[in-house]
Amino acid sequence: MSVTATQAHASVVLDGVSKVYGKGGGAVLALDQVSLQIAPGEFTCLIGASGCGKSTLLSLVAGLDAPTAGQVSVGGRSAFMFQEPALFPWLTAAANVELALRARGAGKAERRLRAAELLEVVHLGGFGGKRPHELSGGMRQRVALARALAQDADVLLMDEPFGALDAMTRDVLHEELDRICADRALTVLFVTHNVREAVRLGDRVVVLSSRPGRVIDEFTVSIERPRRIDSVPVAELAAKITDRLREEMTRHGE
Amino acid sequence: MASNPTLAGLDALQLAQAQGRQSTGRRLASRTWSVLWPKLLAIAIVLLIWQLVHLSGWKKYAFAGPGATFASLWDQMHHLLLWQAIGNTMERALIGFALSVLFGAVVGALVSRIKPLRAAVGSMITGLQTMPSVAWYPFAIILFGLTTQSILFVIVMGSWPSVANGLITGVDYTPPLLLRAAKTMGLRRLALYRHLILPASLPAFVAGLKQGWAFAWRSLLFGELLVQVPNVPSIGVLLNTDQDQLDFADATAIIIVILILGILVDSAFVRADRAIRARWGITSGG
Repeated sequence: MSVTATQAHASVVLDGVSKVYGKGGGAVLALDQVSLQIAPGEFTCLIGASGCGKSTLLSLVAGLDAPTAGQVSVGGRSAFMFQEPALFPWLTAAANVELALRARGAGKAERRLRAAELLEVVHLGGFGGKRPHELSGGMRQRVALARALAQDADVLLMDEPFGALDAMTRDVLHEELDRICADRALTVLFVTHNVREAVRLGDRVVVLSSRPGRVIDEFTVSIERPRRIDSVPVAELAAKITDRLREEMTRHGE
Repeated sequence: MASNPTLAGLDALQLAQAQGRQSTGRRLASRTWSVLWPKLLAIAIVLLIWQLVHLSGWKKYAFAGPGATFASLWDQMHHLLLWQAIGNTMERALIGFALSVLFGAVVGALVSRIKPLRAAVGSMITGLQTMPSVAWYPFAIILFGLTTQSILFVIVMGSWPSVANGLITGVDYTPPLLLRAAKTMGLRRLALYRHLILPASLPAFVAGLKQGWAFAWRSLLFGELLVQVPNVPSIGVLLNTDQDQLDFADATAIIIVILILGILVDSAFVRADRAIRARWGITSGG
């Protein structure tokens, strides 16, 4: 395992990380020499066209996979949120959250109490007894968020968590995520291919190239919060980042 | 906690939409009737054809009509012998099936977990499944003689592969996304099995149980016709007696009893399957 001891100054450090899938002639270089530092409490968005190894990068940080070269170090544990809610369909919303608490060794009474609290945090206080299929897509994704929070992790990894939701629901969930991150000083690594979403949410937007994935640019987002996805500063910065991404894509067409 | 009125409104709208899709809006009585009438009609058609064949005079001295058959059934229902026979047969069925579930589940769990074992035994289980279980009877009778053990042995041989395969399939088809989610939560080894793999494999396991039961039931009736244990009345013994006495009405009455027993057990499996589907939110149109 390449996840080493905590580094005092950063929550997540990637140092010259490369990842190769497969062997011999069919080997694919997914990530090439990626170096990245994420400070505690920072909200970092990763953006790139398809094939930029975003999901690979998250898997490496989560410890689900090991890098071929380089070092990944995470100060503490990480929780993962996927594009799909990935809730266990046979468990109620509350039981799904409780399972994450249980995996951390929490006792029965504590589990019940904390699960109820966390569902309250995502505004699903009255829905603990419902099974996932009885909830809407946005509500399921909030249960998944509550479950991720239940892991009490130092870093929250999010792989396009709102990608499958309609725009209206996504807007409201952006507000919720903003609030929860501010309340809990969460460190977040957020992958998306929606540039505006990245600017709306992030303290920093990291742009990755495709095939292989490399860090090609970084933008600090210094727009005041609360932000709106349709505000002028967000749109302006998003346009700038989109131009940078297009430039990168054009390179592949040549 | 700051509440979010926009979110609350959005939830209410989306839930109303979801519930509107779920409720069929029909009452129980009319639903029951719509399920029931095709079945009643089918029974009526069978009885009609049966009666017509009887009236035509085909095999006049052997072939009894529905009237005589149901009279025989009614008569047998008033004698202890039929109920003893049903009791013994069902007892064998339950013991045999329970043993095969136990054996199948243990083998299935081991094979799905241990890779070399899987390579060695996996395809053999499927092979065993295709083997007609009646072929085991000579083997069993040589080992155990004309005893209930022989019958139980063949029931187990006939049905455990289905149970084991059901479990293996269920474990294999645990959704990979849920596996990833469980791993990021820190569920490992036994906890992973208990909280994810076992519940996820339940639908396939129940399907395996259902198939296993069908094989067990066939093996049992084969066995009761071949292996007559002295002084133990059973469905098979009754059928044999009727055959020896050329009593068509009595034999047909017993066949109807077998049919009813089979349908009852099957409906229990269907109910279990439906309960799981409802819990998981997999609802089929019916």
